[in-house]
Amino acid sequence: MKSTNLNKLITPLSNKAAKLIPLDKQIRGMHLYQKTKRKVLPERYLRKIPTFVEAPIPDVETLAIEDIDVSNPFLFKQNKWQSYFKRLRDECPVHYQASSPFGPFWSVTRYEDIVFVDKHHDLFSAEPIISIGDSPDGLEIETFIAMDPPKHDEQRIAVQGVVAPKNLKELESVIRGHAAEILDNVPVGETFNWVEHVSVELTTRMLATLFDYPFDRRHKLPYWSDIVTGIPETFGGTVDSDLMFNVAAEAVREMSGIWRRKEAQKAAGEPLGYDLISLLLSNDNTKDMIDRPMEFLGNFVLLLVGGNDTTRNSITGGVHALNQFPDEFKKLKRDPSLIPNMVSEIIRWQTPLAYMRRMAKEEVVLNGQTIKKGDKVLMWYVSGNRDERRIEQPDQFIIDRKNARNHLSFGFGTHRCMGNRLAEMQLRIIWEEILKRFEHIEVVGEPELVQSTFVKGYSKMMVNVTPIAH
Amino acid sequence: MGHITFIEYDGTQHDVDLEAGKSLMQIAMDNGVPGVDADCGGECACGTCHVILEANWFPETGEVVDDEKQMLAMTPEQAETSRLACQVHTTNEMDGMVVRLPEFQM
Repeated sequence: MKSTNLNKLITPLSNKAAKLIPLDKQIRGMHLYQKTKRKVLPERYLRKIPTFVEAPIPDVETLAIEDIDVSNPFLFKQNKWQSYFKRLRDECPVHYQASSPFGPFWSVTRYEDIVFVDKHHDLFSAEPIISIGDSPDGLEIETFIAMDPPKHDEQRIAVQGVVAPKNLKELESVIRGHAAEILDNVPVGETFNWVEHVSVELTTRMLATLFDYPFDRRHKLPYWSDIVTGIPETFGGTVDSDLMFNVAAEAVREMSGIWRRKEAQKAAGEPLGYDLISLLLSNDNTKDMIDRPMEFLGNFVLLLVGGNDTTRNSITGGVHALNQFPDEFKKLKRDPSLIPNMVSEIIRWQTPLAYMRRMAKEEVVLNGQTIKKGDKVLMWYVSGNRDERRIEQPDQFIIDRKNARNHLSFGFGTHRCMGNRLAEMQLRIIWEEILKRFEHIEVVGEPELVQSTFVKGYSKMMVNVTPIAH
Repeated sequence: MGHITFIEYDGTQHDVDLEAGKSLMQIAMDNGVPGVDADCGGECACGTCHVILEANWFPETGEVVDDEKQMLAMTPEQAETSRLACQVHTTNEMDGMVVRLPEFQM
């Protein structure tokens, strides 16, 4: 029996066990099971976990088209992605890579084709997962971003209140307070890491608020998120299996603790808040989610990663972009009312999540290529957002770009980003607060980028800030 | 030429010319009506040109197909007479139509 089938057998059993055994103990049990399996089963029955060693990526012109592999997790880090995707868009916009470390996959690289795939959930399923590699064995999380309608709709509706307009109005002043405090405390006169001091800090505080997570331990949240997106077989990172299971158990123990506490409050007739867990507990479809461990973990991971990397890297990306296009910085200072439009342009220019994956549900001919039932299809938003056919001067960062909102970074169709308005609001507020305080933010040296197929992000960007003279 | 009235959530009215043949979303965008985002540019793929029609006008705007229903289902402000403006193709019969905008597009 293949291990994935074994896991399918075990998941319902673990759901039954959930009511009796604490979730973190179940995760520890699964960890032990996976470790034992790796020890005792012959290699041919085991899923190969890829190891990625960085080597210089060749210029795309030196490769045959079929050898182009955009799943290389160093493509962003080495800044080769623009030339690679441009060649695919021009020569082979729906491209097949037959033997990547994640198995064979199709790349859809033009704007119009991406919109087609994203809209057609009847042809392209989001199941079993939206990353290039499958979930790690033993942690096959279930989350609505990777479910098709109608189950997707049920679960999304249950949680979307957390980022719904009613909540956003409340959150605006909270975010502004945090943004002001963070910016007032950056080390003026020193060269410092903008990623750590500003981008991570603001998004972490936001997440702690959304999860009603203890504020003094908030740094656990981005740490957990980075572990998830660092899983090699899923995203192309470097996190090892033991660390992953330990962190999963820790996160689940803490989050189920918060769940049980709020459940008791609810049972005692006390009012619940507008944080994520309170909303899940208030909805009939999700109030027992804790009895379904992989769904519980999945929803937590989805909102954690969704609220973390995306906004974090757009905050950093905006500063980076304005340094590469200094005339735009001047334009912004002359007319701060351009901020909302610039926010959309930052999200396009950065495209913090590079793609979403789908699985063809039937044979589909797309731009002349025949995609077979069951094939893996990646919609490369990062490429569509630079598609010359749809966007004028796509590599230019233009803060007053016309139709800047028409970017792909939030996806389109039923899985469109639920947190888009919250993300835009956070970016708008941080830039409003930046312009009140700083004349200039100068990027010092080259930023360090993340190793990933999925997250197009920064690990470090050193800056000097110049306060406005009073 | 006829006209269409868009009413923002805060009550601000915008009377604009009805250019039959264009989508309702395009008419709103061409006239700079605030409160219509149209993030996907008219592909029925984002749900950010959500409008709420006065009940008597709703039957005039044609059938709501599954794609549109799906996108509308995701907005917390969905009403009985909700439409995506990009999917409403205007005709001269829509002269005088009143279109209300939700508090937020999302």
